[in-house]
Amino acid sequence: MIINLRGVRGSIPVPGKDTVKYGGNTTCIEITTDEGDKIIIDGGSGIRQLGNEMMKQLPVNCSIFITHTHWDHIQGLPFFLPLFVPGNNIDIYGSFDPVYMKDLKTILAQQMEYCYFPVRESELNANIRYNNLKEGEAIKVGSAIVTPLLINHPVLNFGYKVESNNKSFFFTGDYEPPLNIYQPDDNEYDEYQRLIEQQKQILTEFIQGVDIVVADCQYTREEYLTKQGWGHGTHDSCIEMARAANIGTLYFTHHDPTRTDRELDEIYQDVMRQNDLPPTDFHIAMEGVEIKL
Amino acid sequence: MAINHDQLIDMVDKIPTFQESVHRILALTTSPDCSAKDLVQVIEHDPILTIKVLKLVNSAYFGLSQEVTSVNHSVVYVGINTIKNVAISVATTGALPKTNKAGLNMNRFWQHSLAVGVIAKLLADNKGVGKNEQANYFVAGLLHDIGKVLFAHFIPADYQHVLHKSETEQIPLHQAEKELLGFDHSEIGAMVAEKWQLPPDLINSIKNHHGSTEQDQNPLSLAIYAANQAAHYLELIKQASDDDNEIALNMALDIDKALPKPVKTWLGWPLSEVSKWLSSLDEEIDKALAFIDLSDGE
Repeated sequence: MIINLRGVRGSIPVPGKDTVKYGGNTTCIEITTDEGDKIIIDGGSGIRQLGNEMMKQLPVNCSIFITHTHWDHIQGLPFFLPLFVPGNNIDIYGSFDPVYMKDLKTILAQQMEYCYFPVRESELNANIRYNNLKEGEAIKVGSAIVTPLLINHPVLNFGYKVESNNKSFFFTGDYEPPLNIYQPDDNEYDEYQRLIEQQKQILTEFIQGVDIVVADCQYTREEYLTKQGWGHGTHDSCIEMARAANIGTLYFTHHDPTRTDRELDEIYQDVMRQNDLPPTDFHIAMEGVEIKL
Repeated sequence: MAINHDQLIDMVDKIPTFQESVHRILALTTSPDCSAKDLVQVIEHDPILTIKVLKLVNSAYFGLSQEVTSVNHSVVYVGINTIKNVAISVATTGALPKTNKAGLNMNRFWQHSLAVGVIAKLLADNKGVGKNEQANYFVAGLLHDIGKVLFAHFIPADYQHVLHKSETEQIPLHQAEKELLGFDHSEIGAMVAEKWQLPPDLINSIKNHHGSTEQDQNPLSLAIYAANQAAHYLELIKQASDDDNEIALNMALDIDKALPKPVKTWLGWPLSEVSKWLSSLDEEIDKALAFIDLSDGE
């Protein structure tokens, strides 16, 4: 399995001299199995360049898994060239939105309405199949199994685990560990905390021993004090996840758009100086990095 | 057959009071710093609302792999924002009696109410009304005809006559109500909204959706008036094109022509134009209907 990080930025693409090293494209992860099956997680702006490269060998067959439909995870899809070409086969997977009662196709078609984009969804010529996923529903893509788990974000967000030939990979999508909504002296505090622990335990068991995790780490510990409930993780939350689930390697991703390359390096060095880190190999996610498993 | 004011009050009194929580949820969720703890408390203090929220979260629409057993559990599992939105939907659609012996077609009633809710919200959006306030437009549209349900539920035999008169004489239902009962559904509907302590603008929009727009030019009232007429207009246009029915077409054109001036001015376009950008309406309504079916059971 080869994992290629195509976009590691959160919120909005930020090209420029300060983001040359780690990259300015929003979320997109390309996974190629040993057999050559192509799995793409999220369609942030990083998917555009990937699509251009994939066009070199037609027809394109791939499966795109969407963690959630916030802009920075779908904004590259209208620029994913393989969608336009007849004969390509593209499966798109994601959650039905039960609050707005919209399926994936409707949501994605809306970002291609004529007032936003000159080509409509109905004009995409590839053979596209939309699939609304349920939590825990395992999808077979060639030799790989992809399984979604619902994890906390302001909208329903799937973390995806990809397993193939005894290797495993997990991407959180956007994830903030749930917070207790009660104060410690409220009666409900303990019960709520128990539910939180139970929910975290489900995630821990789901990713136990996974080889590579790419996890949302938009904020530093200090920034998080004013960004609680915004739906993103911190270095602390990623480290805690890695420790609990015995993760071999973890990449911090979804970099805040204001973060420069230099800041990313400095913050990383600070975090790595902490005592009592688990034996996990921690890295800053970098656009273009290829991870071989 | 005419009913007196006391009978009217009696009907309103019999409507269950759990709508207090609807009001509180709307009030809470329109505030930008709505606290998760407060929202959970409002839901939990209303057993019916609690059951409905849990039923929806556990439904196939969410497709969760664990069973959610409490409101707190649902918040940890799917997040406070999702539960907030679910509570708004469930609270505002699950409030009414489900059956009646008067022969009021409840499915059509909901279709129309939802259409008016969705159109009102789309109009509000188009007019630059803030997202927070748009919920009120949807709710006002959803509830504008609620008085019909009360009549059908509490005085079914009389209401059957009203429905019959409206149909055979081809007169608007509110006119038949006024003639036979002495009150129309907008009046009793507004009384229910008042009992539920909904915001004053919302009460007025229900009261005036057939009434004088000269006196009430609040944007919410104008939107509900316009959305109600737009929904009727679209239904007639559909009928006209399905059955090649010229009468329906003329009736639709008449509705457009007869829009009161303040509504026309507020809307900015004739209904024939407005209807063009409501193309996704049927789909939206179908999806919302699924919601109502889900929140029916207790």
